[in-house]
Amino acid sequence: MSVPLASYLLVALILFCVGLYGALTKRNAVVVLLSIELMLNAVNINFVAFAKFGVLANLTGQIFSLFSITLAAAEAAIGLAILISLYRNRSTVNVDEMDLMKR
Amino acid sequence: MMSSAWLIPLFPLLAFLILLAFGRQLKEASAYVGILATLAGFILALGAFFERFAAGAEDYYVAFKWLTLGDKVIDMGFEVTPINAMMLVIVTFVSMLVHIYSKGYMHGDDRFPVFYSYLALFTFSMLGLVISPNLLQVYIFWELVGVCSFLLVGFYFYKDEAKAAAKKAFIVTRVGDVGLFIGISLLFWYSGSFNYVDIFNAIQNGVMQPWQITLVGILIFIGAVGKSGQFPLHTWLPDAMEGPTPVSALIHAATMVAAGVYLVAAMYPLYLASPDASQVIAVIGGITAIFAASIGLTQRDIKRVLAYSTVSQLGYMMLALGTASVAGYVAGTFHLMTHAFFKALLFLAAGSVIHAAHTQDIFEMGGLYKKMKITGTVFLIGCLAISGIFPFAGFWSKEEILGAAYTSGHTGLFWMAVVAAFFTAFYMFRLFFVTFTGEPAQKNHAHESPAVMTFPMLLLAVLAIVAGFINTPGAPILGHWLTEGLRGVPAGEEHSAPFWITIVATGVSLMGIGLAYLMYGKKSVSRDIIAGPLPWLYQLSFRKYYIDEIYDVVFVRTLRAIGYFLNVVDYYIIDGVVRLVGAFTHELGNAEARVQSGQIQTYGLVAFLGIVLLVIGLTFVRGLVG
Repeated sequence: MSVPLASYLLVALILFCVGLYGALTKRNAVVVLLSIELMLNAVNINFVAFAKFGVLANLTGQIFSLFSITLAAAEAAIGLAILISLYRNRSTVNVDEMDLMKR
Repeated sequence: MMSSAWLIPLFPLLAFLILLAFGRQLKEASAYVGILATLAGFILALGAFFERFAAGAEDYYVAFKWLTLGDKVIDMGFEVTPINAMMLVIVTFVSMLVHIYSKGYMHGDDRFPVFYSYLALFTFSMLGLVISPNLLQVYIFWELVGVCSFLLVGFYFYKDEAKAAAKKAFIVTRVGDVGLFIGISLLFWYSGSFNYVDIFNAIQNGVMQPWQITLVGILIFIGAVGKSGQFPLHTWLPDAMEGPTPVSALIHAATMVAAGVYLVAAMYPLYLASPDASQVIAVIGGITAIFAASIGLTQRDIKRVLAYSTVSQLGYMMLALGTASVAGYVAGTFHLMTHAFFKALLFLAAGSVIHAAHTQDIFEMGGLYKKMKITGTVFLIGCLAISGIFPFAGFWSKEEILGAAYTSGHTGLFWMAVVAAFFTAFYMFRLFFVTFTGEPAQKNHAHESPAVMTFPMLLLAVLAIVAGFINTPGAPILGHWLTEGLRGVPAGEEHSAPFWITIVATGVSLMGIGLAYLMYGKKSVSRDIIAGPLPWLYQLSFRKYYIDEIYDVVFVRTLRAIGYFLNVVDYYIIDGVVRLVGAFTHELGNAEARVQSGQIQTYGLVAFLGIVLLVIGLTFVRGLVG
């Protein structure tokens, strides 16, 4: 049984919206980081889906999603490192309290 | 020596620079720097004078090219002519004596070196003015003289009166300076040169129209009116008494006020060519002479009386110069010289009195003759000289002025001058009797001034006695010499003045002295003989004809009202627009700053909404929907 392209895109869309919602609303920076991962993965699904069902179907999409996963891992590592040092300095990981530039 | 005349002004300039650099270290030794510099200048000036005075000597003129404007060349240089050789000697001599005198007078003053540096600069400016061969250079030094008088009048700047007087001296003379500046500019335009010689050539060759000569002559005279304290710009001169007394001596005798008379004398060929301009000078001079003398009658401040007498004597000089005759020219410059000696003497003596009595009000003095014999004697000599008593210096020069006024047909002005001579004798001896005779009004320990102060006075006293003999009617040595090279002299014989003028002039002076003696010496005539029945007349004179008050209402208040009005326009309209723009952008900034909350998630939301809007917009524009 083959799943149509629209289903993949729909899953990706939902995933992206959930991620976006989380990134924009959650106070905890760790959750925001997780939400950003969700959005990245939604993009990865799109890559893979178009690599299979796209007009010019080839392997480029899949390879690119591998790149993107690698990048996401690096980004998560750096992000968490920043969060830890922030926490050490300010004993909080709440996003809405991180407005030093404004004050 | 004439070729090195350019060094004369440089000595005081050098002294000024030395005092500026090392005054703090030199302290009261600064006096020696100033005295040596003026002494060197005086010796050189004497040398130049005698070389020019020798038979057959020519004017000496040196200039180098300073500016080239199109085909016009403006020179800088110096010259030695009879009149400026005479002025060089007077200025350096009086300045030297003032320098010596100040060593005693200013002793103990905190700003002693500063005072000497100003004196040196003042002397330099005046010498530079005198030695200049062209009007542009004259104008530069003219302004420098004005600045120095400002600095010296305001020397005691912690006193409000001194501050106000300094500002007044500067601003009132500036009114005249504007006239002078316009005059010089027009003269350059009409005649094509700033040089005296070229200008006089242009006048003789008919390059300038008669009305142009008259216009320029009157404008230049306006400058002289400001500097020489002629009516109606005389108000600054009495107020300038706020400066230290040696400065008053310098201002009134050699520098500053002499500058105006000198300028008119130096431009004499121009005035000879314009009877109308000369008439203006004569009338203003005559009015000033009698007007200032009548104010001097009632003043109580010793220096103010002397100040008004200066204004009055300057009026005499202008009157003489305004007769547009050779006799008038000689009389005016001759009086400038004799006046320099006896007025410097009077001021130095007054300074000595103030130094001893610590007051300037003559009615708080009295009986000082016993305590200050030298000062009293020289003051008496000065009074006799200014009153024109034979054989003192003032006798000869005042005689010449009256004679010149009479022979040139200014009979009305002649009688005004005679009345002024009566006033002069009266108020000078009123001053003498009140200050030096009678009972002491206060029991202080007035004592004679130190030798460093009496020595210059004695020297001046000798000159106040003998200086007149250089130009007696029988042997007018100075007169011949001064007029030898004068251009544009009207053809025709000079009338010699009738002898009865001498008798009249001496007679009114003696009457003035006699009246002063009766009122203030012997006290047999009541002092209130005029002030009693005619108090308004007394008040009119005592309040200086309310000239200051009139100026206050007419000029100061009017200008202040205009100033307030313009200030309102500036504040509410011009500044208002500026402030509106400022406030608008400021508010805009505030409003936008509120958007910048610093909340990263809000920014993200806004960015997201922006993308959504963009996508929707693009889909509609590209026609992908509908």
